[in-house]
Amino acid sequence: MAISRGEVLHVARLARLELSDAEVERFREQLSAILEAVGKVAELDLSGVEPTAHPLELSNVWAEDEPQPSLDAGEALASAPDREGHFFRVPPA
Amino acid sequence: MSWEPVIGLEIHVQLKTRTKLFCRCESGFGAAENARTCPVCLAHPGTLPVPNRLAVEMTIQLGLALGCEVAERAVFHRKNYFYPDLSKGYQISQYDEPLCSGGRFSVPGPAGDLEVGIVRAHLEEDAAKNVHVGGAEGRIGGATRTLVDFNRGGTPLVEIVTGPDLHSADEARRFLQLLRQTVVELGVSDAEMEKGTLRFDVNVSVRPRGSSELRTRTELKNMNSFAFAAKGIERELERQIAIYEGGGEVVQETLHFDPSRESAPPLRSKEEAQDYRYLPEPDLVPLAPPVELVERLRASLPELPAARIRRLAADVGLELAEGLVTSGRDALFDRVPGDRRMVANVLMNQLAGAGVDPTSVDPAELGKLIEARGRIPRSVFGEALASSGEPGFTAERYLGEAAISDASALDPVIERVLAANEAQAAAYRAGKEGLLGFFVGQVLRETGGKADARVVSERLRERLQA
Repeated sequence: MAISRGEVLHVARLARLELSDAEVERFREQLSAILEAVGKVAELDLSGVEPTAHPLELSNVWAEDEPQPSLDAGEALASAPDREGHFFRVPPA
Repeated sequence: MSWEPVIGLEIHVQLKTRTKLFCRCESGFGAAENARTCPVCLAHPGTLPVPNRLAVEMTIQLGLALGCEVAERAVFHRKNYFYPDLSKGYQISQYDEPLCSGGRFSVPGPAGDLEVGIVRAHLEEDAAKNVHVGGAEGRIGGATRTLVDFNRGGTPLVEIVTGPDLHSADEARRFLQLLRQTVVELGVSDAEMEKGTLRFDVNVSVRPRGSSELRTRTELKNMNSFAFAAKGIERELERQIAIYEGGGEVVQETLHFDPSRESAPPLRSKEEAQDYRYLPEPDLVPLAPPVELVERLRASLPELPAARIRRLAADVGLELAEGLVTSGRDALFDRVPGDRRMVANVLMNQLAGAGVDPTSVDPAELGKLIEARGRIPRSVFGEALASSGEPGFTAERYLGEAAISDASALDPVIERVLAANEAQAAAYRAGKEGLLGFFVGQVLRETGGKADARVVSERLRERLQA
């Protein structure tokens, strides 16, 4: 299933990615190939199969509401590219 | 043409769990920025979310109180959007398989119960807090940088979506106040708007009265009080009606209500509306609330505020009943002996005005005080009420001081007041009888509030007619 330049640009915009014209074309081909591969599934007769979001036959995996230690702000910010006081700093949103 | 407002609400309630929804960082206020974070809520690679069981139970309990069906199977979805308040680039929310749906919430009103459909009540995580710095402080426009505090990121929220079943700003306010009180009494949230633990957006449209169509709606965001919401809704209704009456069309958009300007400038239009690309969260298995759990939670529901409003309205009228219940004063009201209306009035007016915490009041003593209200000076009554929440308060202490009702003591004061205000006295005699209150007030002031207001007004009336 081929996708259009417009669809590539839309997805890029949602992810806040700026793409060159050459990149748009390259991703268009790659994304089309991926969709085509996944599209093989559609060739099978799946009328009797429940949509599966998860391969595990599990439910209700949860934890009790008991606090565990957090990082301190210094550790939390240790790998931040930019910070201001105890805040992460990013370009104006 | 007459227009009918059509209003729906989307409410977010922050759950009062000790920890976040998908990690065991403490939630709540009071820590330094980013000091309640961990690799999960900071979205470090390789980490996995684990749901908080109590948050799931609280959502179910709230859903049951809203008359919802609890799903046999519920699924978390990723809601993708790119903004610095999300560490992962998506919010874990619920989409087409929410925990609770199909409810109905009845709000006692002047014309019988107002029935509000609850489309869904689902569980999701909150986003981080962004602080936009530079330019006009705190506003998005003109900021030079954005600071991010992830302490709030991952906190459990219940999102409640109503049907388009509200038809005035007042109905919306009434619904929200009752919902808030319900949430507080269930113990699932503090639901304080000032702290952001209760937030809501309003969807507004209008239609010709009598029609059942649903026209294009606009969404009002940033509602931070019931009063602002009511004002914002009124403004938006006027704006839409003016557009239709001018032959125009309402455009679907999000409006950011600015209380200081009482207007709502557009935030983003439909063309820019987000494409969230929901997908089932692969890191979380489905929820399947066991029947025993749901039935245990159902059985543990307390008598809900709506039922208590209906019960009290029979004695004190709807307005006082609603006030007592939604301010959390009705538990005290039930225990204070005395004339129902008088007790309700004192609790809702003077006691509330004096800022007394209703839970610290001894109901029997308060009852004695209210019973003596007409016999003691107004100032003493006020003073006693203000102290009624203090430990060891007794009404007895204040009952000894009778109001001055003796004419021989009051007459000289009355003469003095009349002499000092001849112009007003002449105006009264010329027919401005509303001035009586002015004279009563003057006499009460002269006596330090100790005169019996009823006797004063009788004496004044006689004296002025002479």
